[in-house]
Amino acid sequence: MAILECSGLTKRYGTRLALDRVSLTIEPGRIVGLLGPNGSGKTTFLKICNGLLTPSNGTVLIDGVAPGAATKSCVSFLPERTYLNDWMTVAQIIDFFSDFYPDFSREKAYSMLGSLNLSSRDRLKTLSKGTKEKVQLILVMARQAKLYLLDEPIGGVDPAARDYILNTIIKNYNPEASVVLSTHLIADIETILDDVIFLKDGTVTHAAAADELREKNNMSIDGLFREVFKC
Amino acid sequence: MEFSFDADRPIYIQLKERVKIKIVSGEYPPGSQIPTVRELAEQSSVNPNTMQKALSELERDGLLFAQRTSGRFVTEDAGLVENLKKELAGTEISRFLKVMASIGIPPDEAAGLITATKEEE
Repeated sequence: MAILECSGLTKRYGTRLALDRVSLTIEPGRIVGLLGPNGSGKTTFLKICNGLLTPSNGTVLIDGVAPGAATKSCVSFLPERTYLNDWMTVAQIIDFFSDFYPDFSREKAYSMLGSLNLSSRDRLKTLSKGTKEKVQLILVMARQAKLYLLDEPIGGVDPAARDYILNTIIKNYNPEASVVLSTHLIADIETILDDVIFLKDGTVTHAAAADELREKNNMSIDGLFREVFKC
Repeated sequence: MEFSFDADRPIYIQLKERVKIKIVSGEYPPGSQIPTVRELAEQSSVNPNTMQKALSELERDGLLFAQRTSGRFVTEDAGLVENLKKELAGTEISRFLKVMASIGIPPDEAAGLITATKEEE
């Protein structure tokens, strides 16, 4: 069964259409790039899948169920903004997550903190923007979820940490789980993608296997993106 | 990241080429076991599914074979490896000759240049 299935998904903000009849299926064991320029609907899509927004029309099913309390236990979401209390230390946040999510692995979280040379005693508000992002990503990836929804996971971090994050995604690969990541830093993530979804003004223009698109167009996904979204 | 890819060619094809070179060069000797899909995927920073596809195609070509429980091995057929070596050499030579032609050097002249360079070294 598909992990994520949506059909005719539409979201209106007032008169503006943020998503326009999006229909997609994401199978288990795939790493999917949700790619599109600013304002193309990537974040809206991820928020709907996570139950933070309700669609104006259409349906989404996560593992067969509409987004809600039940799907939170199998979806691990990395939002574009921090929502954590910044007076907490990293260790306290890890405790908090491990209380909240039965699938959270402390060992995994601490081992990732160690590889990125982060201290669990630091308070969140004393950390730089990039370091905060690393901590958030660690929290999200330390869960054993069925679906990881990552909104711009590599945007704010340095290239070395970017490589580490991508390797973490590969290392965590599980044939039963899928990862959807939105970004516009395509060149950096090309090699890890199975499938690619291009969003343009709220509609899907391409949805295919990454290697298929490369073969068909004789260019990289990055190159194709630059062509499709040429300003 | 261990190596970079040509962004405009399918990645599984490039992964196949790399494994072929390792077989021909003897880094993966005939009959030896190769690392798991997961290990290879991590080494090259690619998706395990992509690596799986590359290895399956090499299996189909007979260069690798899988044993149900113990993993994947390099073919023991020395003739197959020898053919592969010729095939890889052929590709490189045509590429080289194309570059030579583009700067106005015909194949026999290019061959002469190769011999001359070898003597210099």
